[in-house]
Amino acid sequence: MTLQYMITVTLNGLTLAALYFIVASGFSLIFGLMRTVNMAHGSLYLIGAYVGFSVFDPLYASSATYDYAWYIAVVAGVAAAAVAGVIMQVVFLGWMQGQELRQALVTIGLSIIVADQLLAIYGGNPFQFFAPDLLFGPTLVPVIGRYSTFRLFQIGLALAVGIGLWVLLNKTRLGIMVRAGVDDRQMLAACGINVPLVSVAVFALGAGLAGLGGVIGATAQPVALGVDVKFLLTSLVVVIVGGMGSIGGTAIGAILIGVAEQWGQALFPTYSVILTFAIMVAVLAIRPQGILGRTG
Amino acid sequence: MAVMSPRQWALTAVVLAIMLALPLVLPAFWLSGILGRSLVYGIVALSLTFLASYGGFISLAQTMIAGVAGYTVAILAPTAIPASSSALSYWLAMPAALVAATVAGGVIGLIAVRTRDIYLLMITLALAVGFSLFAQSNIDWFNGYEGIRNILGPDIFGYPFRTHLVFYYVSLTVAALLYLLVLYVVRTPFGLTLQGIRDNPRRVSALGFDVALHRVAAFALAGFIAGCGGVLITFYNIGITPSSIGMTATVNVLVMSVIGGLGHPIGAFIGAVIFSLMDTFAATVYDRNRFNTLIGLVFLVIVLVSPDGVLGFGKRLLFWRKPKAREEQTGTH
Repeated sequence: MTLQYMITVTLNGLTLAALYFIVASGFSLIFGLMRTVNMAHGSLYLIGAYVGFSVFDPLYASSATYDYAWYIAVVAGVAAAAVAGVIMQVVFLGWMQGQELRQALVTIGLSIIVADQLLAIYGGNPFQFFAPDLLFGPTLVPVIGRYSTFRLFQIGLALAVGIGLWVLLNKTRLGIMVRAGVDDRQMLAACGINVPLVSVAVFALGAGLAGLGGVIGATAQPVALGVDVKFLLTSLVVVIVGGMGSIGGTAIGAILIGVAEQWGQALFPTYSVILTFAIMVAVLAIRPQGILGRTG
Repeated sequence: MAVMSPRQWALTAVVLAIMLALPLVLPAFWLSGILGRSLVYGIVALSLTFLASYGGFISLAQTMIAGVAGYTVAILAPTAIPASSSALSYWLAMPAALVAATVAGGVIGLIAVRTRDIYLLMITLALAVGFSLFAQSNIDWFNGYEGIRNILGPDIFGYPFRTHLVFYYVSLTVAALLYLLVLYVVRTPFGLTLQGIRDNPRRVSALGFDVALHRVAAFALAGFIAGCGGVLITFYNIGITPSSIGMTATVNVLVMSVIGGLGHPIGAFIGAVIFSLMDTFAATVYDRNRFNTLIGLVFLVIVLVSPDGVLGFGKRLLFWRKPKAREEQTGTH
């Protein structure tokens, strides 16, 4: 095994981790404030990918709009997922705040319906975005040589999302409200904050991140059936490992799972799934609240 | 606290007698396609309802445990395609599968023992989907995506297992025995302690009970029940594939339990019958390919309108007519 191979596998793991982080941070954000386990998070990912693609496809085909088709698709995918998230929170979840299991069951029901309706509308054929020219093709990286530019961009985007969330949560008024709400919703409401409105904003943000992940993920790899389950599962494992509601924990979880997945596939392909779950079980045995999770 | 009143016991006996007599009037399609299927999937749903109702755990790992039993019996089966090097007779393969399922249930319990509620739901779902992905990617043992075929089951009194009547009566017997087992267990000291833990783990722990041990034991028992269902499902499907234990299958069992009602073990079978009926006749009600939308909508409506399922809905209808009965019941607590 050469050094080049090892670095390539690790880099593959990190680019995968970047995508996992973008999707799972939305899941973790929603859970952190509302204690809602959004089982439809994978469906929001799909909505982002499908709506983004239906905007992208005609724009990409015409030479006039070819250059910025992808960027518009990103905006459309994020917006569609965010709107779907807002509808979920306002129509279904908001009024049963506090009934965590019931909320989880509702989102499971919604995810069944959304997955089936997307299949009905768009058909089951796999599709993939083409990255814009700026991000297309390889870049020269020291030691390993040529490496996909888009994958490197994924890492940069994940860093931007992470820093953006940190600034939002730590430096803005909304962030103060969210953090206060995580600790004590009732006191926050008693302080005169419109908590349901903050919840809708957080749900839109979390869902939008799933949508962003949808477009980015569908540019890196084709979208096929079952992708919603895969990303729901990944989000679950990442936040279980990293700690619920913690952005830093989500980053650590995503890196662990992403790198482990790529190394597992490189070393023992037919048993690689076990590695992911071995990590999860080990973390649960030692720290049930996750690596950076808080107790209680 | 009695689990069932004498009237409910009488009702159970009547329903069982009707179920025993049904083959006289129903065509073979109904026996296997609707009732037999409801019974075998209902057994897996029963294991979930048992955990939810008396332990307060919504475990999504029950389909996975059924899959552990199904794969064990398939790997050891003498008729398996592809043939395995470790083939045994069905009479050895089935107990092995049940042991494997019980152990798997205990292991899930150990993993999840320190978590509750929503965390438990997430962890068990992750484990369940992970197992199905593993089965899909592993060729050595599970034959990957294709799974293992031609699992016919043993002959019963000289008749092939998959004869309609044999399958129906075996499923009915197993389902009835497991149902009675659950009703019995919840009245034993173990079952009562379990319900105490559900309501207040700290207090039960302060009384000197080992909370963790009781939880693990409950998961092991649920594993055994799910394992029985898993073996029968594998015979029903004449084999097992990763997709038959994947996310959809996992959610389907949850849907059955929730539609029926998580408040009482019988809800599992009520839910399974409703599910099978819808699955079979959805085509005549709604677009044939959109069964998932239909079942998703029904599930959603149940969760929104009556979180305790059809059972709870029926109970409310009953008590709405007789408001006095409700007062009496709440008065005794």
